[in-house]
Amino acid sequence: MAISIIVGSISLATVFLFGCVGEIITEKSGHLNLGIPGIMCSGTAGGCFGVATYMNTYNANPSWFVLVLFSVICSIVFAAIVGGIYAILTVSLRCNQNITGLAITTFGTGFTQFFIDNYVDKNYFDKASRLISQGISVSKLGWFGEIFLSYGILVYFAIALAVIVSIFLKKTRVGLHLRSIGENPATADAVGINVGLYKYVAILVGSGIAGLGGFFYIIDYIGGSWENASTIEALGWLSIALVIFTLWKPDLAILGSIIFACFYIIAFKITGVSFTVMAELKLLPYIVTIVVLILTSIFGGKSVQPPASLGLNYFREER
Amino acid sequence: MNKENVVHEPLFHIVKANILPWWKKLLIYSISILIALTLTSIFCALSSDKGKSPFEMFGSMFIGIFGTEKKIWLFLRDTCLLLGVSLAIVPAFKMKFWNLGANGQILMGGLACYVCLMNFQSLPNIVLWLIMFVSSIVMAMVWAMIPAIFKAFFKTNESLFTLMMNYLAAGIVSVCITIWAPGGSGSLSPINKGVLPVIGKSYFYLLVIIVVAILTFIMYFYLKDSKHGYELAVVGESENTAKYIGVNVKKVVIRTLALSGAICGLIGLLLVGSINHTISTDTANNMGFTAIMTAWLAKFNPIIMIGSCALITFVSRGMGQVRQDFGFYNNALANIVLGIIYFFIIGCEFFISYKLVFTKKNNKGQKNKEEKI
Repeated sequence: MAISIIVGSISLATVFLFGCVGEIITEKSGHLNLGIPGIMCSGTAGGCFGVATYMNTYNANPSWFVLVLFSVICSIVFAAIVGGIYAILTVSLRCNQNITGLAITTFGTGFTQFFIDNYVDKNYFDKASRLISQGISVSKLGWFGEIFLSYGILVYFAIALAVIVSIFLKKTRVGLHLRSIGENPATADAVGINVGLYKYVAILVGSGIAGLGGFFYIIDYIGGSWENASTIEALGWLSIALVIFTLWKPDLAILGSIIFACFYIIAFKITGVSFTVMAELKLLPYIVTIVVLILTSIFGGKSVQPPASLGLNYFREER
Repeated sequence: MNKENVVHEPLFHIVKANILPWWKKLLIYSISILIALTLTSIFCALSSDKGKSPFEMFGSMFIGIFGTEKKIWLFLRDTCLLLGVSLAIVPAFKMKFWNLGANGQILMGGLACYVCLMNFQSLPNIVLWLIMFVSSIVMAMVWAMIPAIFKAFFKTNESLFTLMMNYLAAGIVSVCITIWAPGGSGSLSPINKGVLPVIGKSYFYLLVIIVVAILTFIMYFYLKDSKHGYELAVVGESENTAKYIGVNVKKVVIRTLALSGAICGLIGLLLVGSINHTISTDTANNMGFTAIMTAWLAKFNPIIMIGSCALITFVSRGMGQVRQDFGFYNNALANIVLGIIYFFIIGCEFFISYKLVFTKKNNKGQKNKEEKI
């Protein structure tokens, strides 16, 4: 059972990891995107649309590579479009970020529910899911193979992405510019960095990445069965909380999301307990989040603080 | 001309606008809502396979709201409930405390009410109502004060804290359901004995309407004329100013959230004790989030909030009828329409607070004076 919990955690962690890394990139540009749950939903809509379109055309002999590529691109595009609405409203029109984010979440969940229920053909989802989530054959390697090699490509992609984003933010010039915008956009502007452009790109890229989280959940984690958008919404909120949990560090997010996912699935993996205990175990991830929130706020030093201008819109002529 | 001397000026730049007269603001809001509704009606007509025209959406919405006497009362009831939650959120928001946890606070208030209904059936009704009233309010108050205390003393991020408290409250309700409804049926049967009194016909919901109407006026004067209202507004504007004039910021934060929670508890009491007579994890009907939008749209003015709540309820209830008439088989459409309306209303604020100043083609190489558009 331990192995099954670890494997399940790593798999579910991918959902959180995509959402968390996406939100970190966005927050580094000084934008608190509370629309991530809605954006993850719309990424799901896009990915499922991609899968349905491809599978309906090539259902006899689908190619693994093309299916993954096409659905991932669709997912990113859909999520980025909804993220684009957020960007237009908060960057160009300088609207309140919290309010805009909540509106995006309302729209995103509604859109996804409506779109997938009405326009996406779910006939080949389980076939596509088997294809996308197939890992390397693990029978010879025992527990090692099961823990490290049994996942679909998107799990490895998420981990690689977290590492790349971490290096990008810490070691590259563009990453430095992005961080400086999150800390103090006026200074960054004075140095000659195009603040608006950076913010737009950060929000679009962040949204695209976050969208993959929702898509992964449907097509890989639960095996291609569509329930409703509110499950993904809940996962989205947890991803935002995870950003604080992991102190705005994508590399730490890999570990953080696995721990988080472990708390989340323990209620589903433990057998032989009553409904009440199961319902109680489902409270765990939320309690842990609250405890971590409190602990980081009490003991957090300067290094674990959010970007200084997070949540504030930048208007050049404001003094 | 030497190429290096050419300066590329941007086509326009943005400046802060002066404060607009109220009718101009109203005009901008009305136009944006109208555009949003037109867009959604076209969207609905296109996605329906019943061959409906966009105009029929408005007809359906009106029938959905004003079709029968009962529908009008239901519309009033839902508007009042939403207004009540908005009233709960407003003081916290004015203080710049992002209370996203109204859903959870309502649920906890409702849960307390349900527990009283279950356990104190033997008491006379008046005593039972009193106990229900007190326990609902205290329960929700405590639930709201937990994040407030941590915010006041440790600056813990309140928006995520309250958000997690929502899920925690929903989780606690489902734990209780597994205890009280064994066998995994997942829902509790309504308790009809000892519930709050019905005034008039049962679908009138006069009690809800009266309570919220009184609450609206109290909140209006509380925010506008009371010392508490002034203090929380100062804390929201600038904590340092508040400290300078001798306001105890921690006390104000905790007190305001206690008030916010108490009103949510009252709504929970009305939902369980007067309307549903039972509780589920969906009892709050996501009003906590919707109320954030309505409070924001009304710029935290309780009187204007009546209008914004009526608008949002009109759309969300009206879309129920549209869904029937247009043959959509799920209710997600209401969220899309609300989302689009939110986008337009949020976006149009830009045209109230800022204005675009176009750069004129200049012949002399000098900047022209800014011109109003």
